[in-house]
Amino acid sequence: MSSTIEQIASQEYKYGFITDIEADQAPPGLNEDIIRLISAKKNEPEWMLEFRLKAFRHWLTMKEPTWANIKYGPIDYQATSYYSAPKQKKKLNSLDEVDPELRATFAKLGISLEEQKRLSGVAVDAVFDSVSVATTFRTELAKVGVIFCSFSDAVQNHPELVQKYLGSVVPYTDNFFATLNSAVFTDGSFCYIPKGVRCPMELSTYFRINSANTGQFERTLIVADEGATVSYLEGCTAPMRDENQLHAAVVELVALDNASIKYSTVQNWYPGDKEGRGGIYNFVTKRGKAFKNAKLSWTQVETGSAITWKYPSCILQGDNSIGEFYSVALTNHRQQADTGTKMIHLGKNTRSTIVSKGISAGRGQQTYRGEVKIMKSAEGARNYSQCDSLLLGDKCGAHTFPYIEVRNSTAKMEHEASTSKIGEDQLFYCQQRGISAEDAVSMIVNGFCREVFKELPMEFAVEATKLLGVSLEGAVG
Amino acid sequence: MLEIKDLYAGIDGKEILKGLTLHVGAGEVHAIMGPNGSGKSTLANVLAGRPKYVPTSGSVTYEGKDLLALPAEERAREGVFLAMQYPVEIPGVNNIYFLKAALNAVRKHQGQEELDAMEFLQLAREKMKLVELDEAFMNRSVNEGFSGGEKKRNEIFQMAVLDPKLAILDETDSGLDIDALRIVAEGVNALRSEKHAVLVITHYQRLLKYLVPDFVHVLADGRIVKSGGKELAEELEQKGYEWIEEELVAAR
Ligand SMILES: Nc1ncnc2c1ncn2[C@@H]1O[C@H](COP(=O)(O)OP(=O)(O)O)[C@@H](O)[C@H]1O
Ligand SMILES: [Mg+2]
Repeated sequence: MSSTIEQIASQEYKYGFITDIEADQAPPGLNEDIIRLISAKKNEPEWMLEFRLKAFRHWLTMKEPTWANIKYGPIDYQATSYYSAPKQKKKLNSLDEVDPELRATFAKLGISLEEQKRLSGVAVDAVFDSVSVATTFRTELAKVGVIFCSFSDAVQNHPELVQKYLGSVVPYTDNFFATLNSAVFTDGSFCYIPKGVRCPMELSTYFRINSANTGQFERTLIVADEGATVSYLEGCTAPMRDENQLHAAVVELVALDNASIKYSTVQNWYPGDKEGRGGIYNFVTKRGKAFKNAKLSWTQVETGSAITWKYPSCILQGDNSIGEFYSVALTNHRQQADTGTKMIHLGKNTRSTIVSKGISAGRGQQTYRGEVKIMKSAEGARNYSQCDSLLLGDKCGAHTFPYIEVRNSTAKMEHEASTSKIGEDQLFYCQQRGISAEDAVSMIVNGFCREVFKELPMEFAVEATKLLGVSLEGAVG
Repeated sequence: MLEIKDLYAGIDGKEILKGLTLHVGAGEVHAIMGPNGSGKSTLANVLAGRPKYVPTSGSVTYEGKDLLALPAEERAREGVFLAMQYPVEIPGVNNIYFLKAALNAVRKHQGQEELDAMEFLQLAREKMKLVELDEAFMNRSVNEGFSGGEKKRNEIFQMAVLDPKLAILDETDSGLDIDALRIVAEGVNALRSEKHAVLVITHYQRLLKYLVPDFVHVLADGRIVKSGGKELAEELEQKGYEWIEEELVAAR
């Protein structure tokens, strides 16, 4: 990321968010009172509270899913506190107080000192007038009518938009984790691109003004109105730690007629130690709905978390709409990932593309789970799926479950799958040319992922490349 | 430059090299010939440090250093290059990017400045002409979808760019047409100087018409059983390997 972004980001942290909430925390447990408390603390309108309560009541009737190819102990949902006022991380005085292992990782990722300070909560000097940059940024967006703010702000300032689209793609009844999120989400991002507007810059959560630490139950809603275009970046490559083990986010994308949304993620939550202890459980529901001639594109690089359960999906409702899913998922040590996508074709001549690259190292276990559904109404629908797995070593695993359901005989489906191992011969070939084993692995893996990386915005692609190298450390002897 | 003494080595527990001795001086081109399965590739891979080829006794001294003690990448950085019998494909890794990473790793090790993209491209273009490879190859993935001949020429191209002190060519000539053969030979001839040494492993005498060796050795049953000048290659061409094997049996 450019130094400007780093500067703003660090400033954001320093001043935190403007809020009138007193620092406090709800007692552990989940019940209607807690949900009313969350809603009251956030000063939400009645309809928002109703949404949460409906979700909660529904959640009580649901069972945690067990179909995914992941293993973890029982989660005690009553042991968590569902509301704590946003609080600053404990400030450190200098980087010397930061865990040396973490610092080494930062260095390898090429993260600047300033950024390192921000990420590890070291107090930063105000060397830069961030307010003016942030203001410039906001002015730029406001000029074209783009709304980009925290979810809470949107509920306060743009209730008509939130009310119209919230739950329109992922209903509160959708699944165990999404329903839980609907009941207790604390904050997230909201983004609206008006008719015909091409958003003048890539929107990054880095820039999200007036929010930080959205925490465990994040909620994102992006609406591209007719003919609008936006590219949204989520996450960052630096290892993110969090006290909360369970993360259950929901992301909804709405692309109205002729609109286009590109959503790119680099996920690097703490994966736990080499034995998998302490890592984040990342149970995410991401889905978009594409109307006529609209396009949705998901690109993700998933290297973090102890457990990943995630299927960014597209509902191709409008005729000629397009859905894309490009994914790189890496599991090392004891990480587990069950990830993939769903493409639901409803409209005529809808097209979808799936390119999934799974890399397993150490004792990592990885599952690709994809579903392509061509409904009766989807005349002339097409899908291309490609799932490749790369194994490093012989203690890891890769599994592929492609489900295909075709109810219209005009559909054209193509599916390719491969599993390969980084061979001794590839490694030796690189080493014989003077390239170290570590660099060779990183090169081979990045080559394997190239089709996905080229879909990422430039800066993200460079970072993702480095990230894979670091995440694979120790994967070859 | 290279001193191999009484070398024993094997693969998967099977002994292949059985007391091989060979001296290669700077500026010399040696050809190693021998029937299939005689251990030529084993010798090449042991010298390059491929892990599954395990030396069990004997010694190899390269420029005064114990070569066998170095990991493969260090040998490469010290100037040992192996043009492989079966070049490997690396999907998605750009050919030119790969070679730049390799060259800079070597240069860094040798205390030279790393080349930037422009400098490297200039060098690469120059060497590409030498092996008559089209520039389009540079932007393809390493060896992916290359024909057999293209792969071999790519090896020689890499050799030309890396400018190794000791180049080992493992059957680079097999499967090549006359044109490609000439290109490979020219690539090696361009490398010839007092500072360089070349070990050409081949099954046929064909290549040696274009690439005249200073010494020819016959490898059989894991040892050098006969050495001579370039005329030995011609003799082998005429008589085949049988007469040597017969000689060997008779000597036992
Ligand atoms: N993985 C292996 N395990 C056991 N024997 C092998 C293996 N690879 C090669 N060999 C044997 O080693 C011998 C020497 O092989 P190689 O050095 O490739 O010979 P050349 O290059 O002279 O044809 C052959 O008999 C071959 O069959
Ligand atoms: Mg051979």
